[in-house]
Amino acid sequence: MSETTASNGGVVLQTANVTKQFGGLTAVSDVTFRVPERSIVSIIGPNGAGKTTFFNMLTGFYKPTIGTIEFGGRDVTGRRPDIIMKLGMARTFQNIRLFATMSAAENVMVGQNSRMKAGLFGSIIRTPGVRKEEKRVREKAEAELEYVGLRRSWHDQLAINLSYGDQRRIEIARALASDPKILLLDEPTAGMNPQESDELTAFMRKLREERGITIVLIEHDMKVIMGVSENITVLDHGEKIAEGPPAEVRTNPRVIEAYLGKQGQEEG
Amino acid sequence: MSTAAPQEAAAAEPRRRLPNRAGMPPWVEKVVVPVVFLVAAAFLPFLFDSGANFISTCALALAYTVMALGLNIIVGFAGLLDLGYVAFYAIGAYAMGWLGSGFFAHVNDDKGWHVAVTGFAASLPGIHLNFLLVLVGAMILTTIAGVLIGLPTLRLRGDYIAIVTLAFGEIIGKAAVNSDEVKLSGFPIIGGWLGDTFGQDQAVTAGRQGITPVDKVDLPFVDVFTSLNQRPWYWLALAMVAVVLFVNFRLRDSRLGRAWVALREDEVAAVSMGVPAVRTKLLAYGTGAAFGGFAGAYLGSKNNTVNADQFQFFFSIYVLGMVILGGLGSIWGVVLGAITLTFINYELLPELRDWPSKVGLDFDVSEINFGIYGFLLVIMMILRPQGLLPERRRKMELTVEADTHDESVYAARA
Repeated sequence: MSETTASNGGVVLQTANVTKQFGGLTAVSDVTFRVPERSIVSIIGPNGAGKTTFFNMLTGFYKPTIGTIEFGGRDVTGRRPDIIMKLGMARTFQNIRLFATMSAAENVMVGQNSRMKAGLFGSIIRTPGVRKEEKRVREKAEAELEYVGLRRSWHDQLAINLSYGDQRRIEIARALASDPKILLLDEPTAGMNPQESDELTAFMRKLREERGITIVLIEHDMKVIMGVSENITVLDHGEKIAEGPPAEVRTNPRVIEAYLGKQGQEEG
Repeated sequence: MSTAAPQEAAAAEPRRRLPNRAGMPPWVEKVVVPVVFLVAAAFLPFLFDSGANFISTCALALAYTVMALGLNIIVGFAGLLDLGYVAFYAIGAYAMGWLGSGFFAHVNDDKGWHVAVTGFAASLPGIHLNFLLVLVGAMILTTIAGVLIGLPTLRLRGDYIAIVTLAFGEIIGKAAVNSDEVKLSGFPIIGGWLGDTFGQDQAVTAGRQGITPVDKVDLPFVDVFTSLNQRPWYWLALAMVAVVLFVNFRLRDSRLGRAWVALREDEVAAVSMGVPAVRTKLLAYGTGAAFGGFAGAYLGSKNNTVNADQFQFFFSIYVLGMVILGGLGSIWGVVLGAITLTFINYELLPELRDWPSKVGLDFDVSEINFGIYGFLLVIMMILRPQGLLPERRRKMELTVEADTHDESVYAARA
């Protein structure tokens, strides 16, 4: 395993023999996976390889059939997504999933839900504590939107009215608003032009440098993957077929086979 | 990403600039409109005779407004389609019937229990609690009922929630009708104690006969209400609306309100952003139900009867109609919707009664009330699907045509 310079050797997230079966179909099979602290790692694989299913297990949407998931030294296997989020794991989605009829700032404020205390009665009475919290959360939302580069005048626009690129930005800001330890990005460059992809790549590095966030990435864009990842895990038919730094994975015959098919043979 | 991207994105696709907040600015919505509305409404009764039927109808409209605002939390904010809201009306009204009437005639050896009641009720047998205590009791009972109805719907979405809540409303309605045959002393385990306390023949409800009379509202510092003077009833209902409006605004613009809307918009995204779905939904059911109980207790006293016939499925649709007519999720819209539907029901439709005979026809308009009602709603839905005063969010959602970049959002939500 290649530990990177940025990593201090600690492991923030790891899975052991994680398997997910839907009825008779095995979507993810026996995947063991480690994410060093402050690293940027990628999960790649052909369509239907089980990448998103794997993400959904990490974030608590699916409970693994077999195996365990450990996050920040804690066993989180089968915990609820909102609890895992609270522990410091935030994600974005393959198809942008913003709250379409909320403003950009409100979207990011929802992202801080787990960092807030206001309850039913506190909110009705609006105690000084609640008032202060509300102000803090609003300011934090503005700051995060600025951080991802959304123009200030668009902060109060409904998310639905903004461009695709801006919606991606808001989604990332929403995930960042909870100050996560680890950020899971599911195909963040989908639908972006090469320049936007480059910017996102730079942004991921910046996140790691400035905020010490670990990033796990599902991606199809090879330029992004090779440019940013320190370690790549390749899934095919739910199984981990390769793992290692970009240069190694690129030349791995099993990876080439999974992507291009074996010469003279049908793909399984 | 953080660099000069916005400019070129803007250059690439010119987009409509929308005002920051369509509709009313927040200070108008939360200060000017309420003050004008409440002050104007407070003086209205002086224009009419104190016993005027019109004031009574206005009081009803305000009580229904309280209910509609409660249902708006469940359906409008949290997006949980509840077709059984009548259950909360029933439970609130029965709280009034049980805790403020001679229904439990045999308690305390026929002498009755009285807590902080004055006037006529203080000398009657039965349980007579002060109206404020009844309100608290009604809200506690309905909150529990709201959470109970919420629990089985947690794993469901959309239409399926509607079916479960519909069934719940029907169960409560049928239980109200038939529980006049159910004796308290027949309950397992605690039946013996109940029998000793309430009498062996005491039923749970009075079914279609109704628990009547019910204690008139009795508040500190004012005389006990009477049916001859409708003004106090009206002002009390107005005060209830003011309280409920306040709570609605506070909740809408809070952590909880945002969590409700987030769940309504996209449950998966909301949960992955740390919104606890179960807790948040149950809070919506609980608070929405509490307002139903609040209004239910009031109506029990105002109508002077708690009658199982009041708690029919129609009523759930009636309240839902107010919410949809006004604009789902829009607080002022719902107020307007509730007032409009109440007046159609109590003032306009009775007006129409004479029309058929005038044109030489012979039928009773009240028999086609539902038809007229449905017709109005259909017209409304065609002309103004977003409601009379739509919430700013929904207004945009419905009026802004889908751009190419909206497509992904719709796809994600599908």
